Amino acid sequence: MVKRLFALGLLAVFAGLFASLLSGYVPDAALNPTARYYAERTAPDLGAANLVTAIIITYRGLDTLGEVTVLFLAAAIVGLVLGSDRGSHRPGPEDRTAGRPDEAPANPSPPVGELLTTGSRLLVPLILLLGVYVFANGHRTPGGGFQGGAILASATLLLLLAKPGRQLSHRLIAALESLAGLLFIIIGLLGLALAGGFLDNRILPLGTLGALFSAGAIPLISALIGLKVGAEFSSILASLAETRQAQAGRVEPVGDTPAAWVQPDRDNPGAAHKPTGPATTADREQP
Amino acid sequence: MPDLTQIALATGFGLILIGFYGALTRRGLLRIILAFTLASTGVNVVIVAIGYMRGRTAPILDEAVTTATAVGRIIDPLPQALVLTAIVIGLGVTALMLAYAYRLFRRHRTLDIAAFRELKW
Repeated sequence: MVKRLFALGLLAVFAGLFASLLSGYVPDAALNPTARYYAERTAPDLGAANLVTAIIITYRGLDTLGEVTVLFLAAAIVGLVLGSDRGSHRPGPEDRTAGRPDEAPANPSPPVGELLTTGSRLLVPLILLLGVYVFANGHRTPGGGFQGGAILASATLLLLLAKPGRQLSHRLIAALESLAGLLFIIIGLLGLALAGGFLDNRILPLGTLGALFSAGAIPLISALIGLKVGAEFSSILASLAETRQAQAGRVEPVGDTPAAWVQPDRDNPGAAHKPTGPATTADREQP
Repeated sequence: MPDLTQIALATGFGLILIGFYGALTRRGLLRIILAFTLASTGVNVVIVAIGYMRGRTAPILDEAVTTATAVGRIIDPLPQALVLTAIVIGLGVTALMLAYAYRLFRRHRTLDIAAFRELKW
């Protein structure tokens, strides 16, 4: 109860802060100097029609490199944290590439409907095409590498939904991901050698504003970011999906009554001292 | 009649508050993760709303918005660029939180944070 009051008090402080921010907010009448620079200089300097993509890929290209690295780390840690859990019943690495849905024993997931199976066959190529379109046109229409990559990964999600036992090739995903990352850095270094600096897009001709082949290296970097982000998200999704199969195929030594899902493990020495009440601990409804 | 910016800002602040409330009071780990996702969505909405300017258009140049007229016609592109990457990173962080939650569940057979006592004193 005290805890809840404390939380509500903290929230009231935040609410007061936000209210004063909201009431005192005056929108800008004109662009600030940074935005003005981007608005005036992007087209003549970089040849990109979409200022957001120009900022992400060229003006703040180093940030973007850091961000895809963060994403790579997240994907790698997800794979590590979930992967170390899979026991000896897993097939060897040479079996992973082949999709064998009948191998997953006693998978509790309900059968996949005909509609989803057929629909995924129709939709997956179209989704992949849309993803490629979005990142290939990022410099002249709304879009770019991150958005296209997320769309590519949604195709992976549909594949996994349509066939839950499917084993995606981690080797292929890793190869795609590292190749895209390597080429990204090589293009950045080429900018250092041939143009003004690291990740400068003017190593290729700028072309006419708004054309498909324009804005120097921006479409190329955009495509590489798209592939990298798509591969990273696909890897996360594949790791999460395989967790489910490992869970389904394993016989747990711990109590298998449903109460074991909400109660702390009594065998665990860390949790043994103060047993919490039965089943009421998990997210009580408020009066 | 409130401005569109005011509505968007209020929505964003509201989402942040809901997220904080959930993270502070819930005890199930999945709900806490959901609350954090809500709060980060609220932050994104606030940042985009600050970049919005009344009567202007998206920061993409074409026949209607030429380079010469861009300064008076477009909104600030920088918040959009920041939020774009923040969304993607947020998704990665959510996946990371879910992976750790799964590991904790494997170890303790529960997602109730009262059962995780290793770091308590």
